Amino acid sequence: MNESNRFIAEFYNETEELLSGVEDAVLDIEENPGDQEAVNRLFRAIHTIKGSGSMFGFDTISEFAHHVETALDNVRNGTVPVSKALIDLILVSRDRITAMLAEANGAGPPVDPREGEQIIASLKGLLRSDVAEVPVDEFPKDGPEKACVPDAPAPQNEAVYRIRISPDPDIFAMGMDPVMLLYDLADMGACSVMVHTEKVPDLENLSPESCYLFWDILLTTTKSLNAVRDVFIFVEDTCEIVIETVEEKAAALEASTVPRSGDILAECGDIHKKVIDEESDTLSKERLKPAQKEQKVVPQTHKSAVASTVRVPSDRLDKLINLVGELVINQARLTQVASNINDTHLGESVEEIERLTGELRDSVLNIRMMPIGITFNKFRRLVRDLSSQLHKEVELITKGAETELDKTVLERLDDPLVHLIRNSIDHGVEPPEVRERTGKPKKGTIILSAGHKGTNVVISIQDDGKGLNVETIRKKAVETGVIPENAEIPDKKIFTQILAPGFSTTSEVTSVSGRGVGLDVVKRTIESLRGRIDIDSVPGEGTKITLILPLTLAIINGLLVNIEDDFFVLPLMSVEECVEIKSKEIETINGRNILNVRGNMVPYIRLRDRFHIAGRRPEVEHIVITNVNDSRIGFVVDHVIGGHQTVIKPLGPAFRYNKEISGATILGDGTVALILDTNVLLESA
Amino acid sequence: MSVQGITQTSQYLTFKLDNEIYAMDITTVREVLDITQITKVPQMPDFMCGVINLRGSVVPVVDLRLKFGLEKAASLREACIVIIEIILDDEETVLGILVDSVQEVISLEPEQIDPPPRIGTRLKTQFIKGMGKKDKEFIIILETAKVFSAEELAVVQTTDDIPMPETPGGTTAENENDD
Repeated sequence: MNESNRFIAEFYNETEELLSGVEDAVLDIEENPGDQEAVNRLFRAIHTIKGSGSMFGFDTISEFAHHVETALDNVRNGTVPVSKALIDLILVSRDRITAMLAEANGAGPPVDPREGEQIIASLKGLLRSDVAEVPVDEFPKDGPEKACVPDAPAPQNEAVYRIRISPDPDIFAMGMDPVMLLYDLADMGACSVMVHTEKVPDLENLSPESCYLFWDILLTTTKSLNAVRDVFIFVEDTCEIVIETVEEKAAALEASTVPRSGDILAECGDIHKKVIDEESDTLSKERLKPAQKEQKVVPQTHKSAVASTVRVPSDRLDKLINLVGELVINQARLTQVASNINDTHLGESVEEIERLTGELRDSVLNIRMMPIGITFNKFRRLVRDLSSQLHKEVELITKGAETELDKTVLERLDDPLVHLIRNSIDHGVEPPEVRERTGKPKKGTIILSAGHKGTNVVISIQDDGKGLNVETIRKKAVETGVIPENAEIPDKKIFTQILAPGFSTTSEVTSVSGRGVGLDVVKRTIESLRGRIDIDSVPGEGTKITLILPLTLAIINGLLVNIEDDFFVLPLMSVEECVEIKSKEIETINGRNILNVRGNMVPYIRLRDRFHIAGRRPEVEHIVITNVNDSRIGFVVDHVIGGHQTVIKPLGPAFRYNKEISGATILGDGTVALILDTNVLLESA
Repeated sequence: MSVQGITQTSQYLTFKLDNEIYAMDITTVREVLDITQITKVPQMPDFMCGVINLRGSVVPVVDLRLKFGLEKAASLREACIVIIEIILDDEETVLGILVDSVQEVISLEPEQIDPPPRIGTRLKTQFIKGMGKKDKEFIIILETAKVFSAEELAVVQTTDDIPMPETPGGTTAENENDD
């Protein structure tokens, strides 16, 4: 990939990320119209899209973003109130930018330019009407907004800022030109610029591609501090930017006890006397407004949050995981070899390597774990749009957003969850008038929760709607011949029918759901992730759909066992104990497949029989007792070999329907061992 | 007479199965291995004879004899595993194929290939891309995408206690993907 392609790919990534930030911010504002921080976040995101759009030649995106930005600027300085119409328009604009991006990327259909013009026109219309109407708040303003109100009249008053721009020497290589910044500043108001040449080296050391200059600028402008900061939005990382309001500076001069200001003073020590004179001159001329301090805090905290993360392409991460997997396999082999040699020194260092490999594995796997909250956030918009489209009132409550899941699992969960939430809103939650009649709160609730349970992650979608109608589903299933007419089938089993392809009890097809596609797709996706779906429903009270997924897909702690020459791995997390049993003991209680372990009755599965492995059972067998979902079950094997760091290798689509085997792993000597899914084995016991 | 879709000279890997010569388009073949230890995977149809360790990745192996309803090979002395790359359920998949012996790589002109006969073969016609002729010998050119499709490989496993009997060709598949 050449340089410019790489930058453009980066632009796509960054913009997509910003757009999801836009959505979050808009929804935050809708919930809490006084959230000035969210308004700033929104403005910055749109501004960055505009800027980087034009930088990479996406002029249409940039131009469109410009109009959105104009509207937001008015929101930010308080001339336009936050209203539902505005929120809707910004969301529509966001979607349009997404569509434009997809078009530019070649991933989407061409967008209709007229649509964009309409949005722009409505944005402009909104600005005009609001100015004329004099803000009548649709939302009650609360604390934080009031605190910011003093900023609003600021544009009328001129303020003086002292700005120091110290660019990184490599700034040109990053495609930035500091002169542009100066031009931008000059556009904002009277501007006096001082250039510092002290850092320019001798000619022989001078690299023509580096920037050695730095500038002090004294800017008198009617614009707010935020507007000044926005000039530097793209160079925040590559330039050291110090912006001070001169008023603040004066205060620091008087009371130089504040250490940070002291630092700045020392740094500014090289400034000409003339500048300071000039400064005090302007100071006397201008009346300066306070209250800009708190605005300044916002961008600073924002920036520090960005600096602590690194963005890495996921394929590099995958490569790292694979390497660690190989390392773990080879370490297992080394341990095996070392135990044969039986040398103390060798044994010690091998043990140490084992420990280090384990730690390395855990931390690398941790990188791949991501909180499910990221996915949850996307659904806020979905719920909002769908419920208003269907004229229902629905509140989304999320729980356990911090639950971590493997990234690949998380990505593939998106579509199934969208489907399930759609179904809940469309089929589950009743219209407000029906709800009121049945004595339920007018607003329906959907609870989206996630949590760990043993070796699994459990995600549930619960609504307080009308619930599933067992009889309708049973009738439908009998009609299609899935179940015999008078069969006694528990409700739970009946519910699973809704996951069958083509199943729909809705007589009319809406744009949202009812075509009977969807839930079977959900089922397939979840099954391909080796997960299960559980459905529970009480008529009139609601439906709860639970997805049970394995925690990770890469490496697990396993217990290695064998039967004849075949090796199997059981997930160690579910293993409780291993017990030796004599063949005779089993014989005495045979027929019931239940074993007495120290007074407790434990059902067991003889894997040798189950897997049709030929050969004679040894005199003494081992039983591995596992605890899966609070039920104990034993697996009878020939020998228990011991703990094993199991790198899970997928078996691929050819084995998709074999659910008892969840994967394979390679042992130290190169043989393949199969990983058993105890959950599935338990169910079929 | 030539076969639709075959317009230029292609190379094929030929191999033997019960004294007949079969061929596969060389572009799907990744490598040929000597027979190695195959780990049986329980609860799978007989033709899925297990998995092997291919330099650190686990690769499923199909016994082509059993897949085509032939007897299990009496001796595996010359047996080879042909590693192929195919698309299964939109996923690029590596698959091993157990054959009696691997012959050679040959080039066939489009006019050397006839359409599959409608009768007289043990295989489903859709498995056969064409019949090649070389030195008076017939070569059955396989349509790999059809032989190793998700429907053909992913046999629904019921929880009965007897291993799934081999059902030559016509297998049931849960997901009716169009191919």
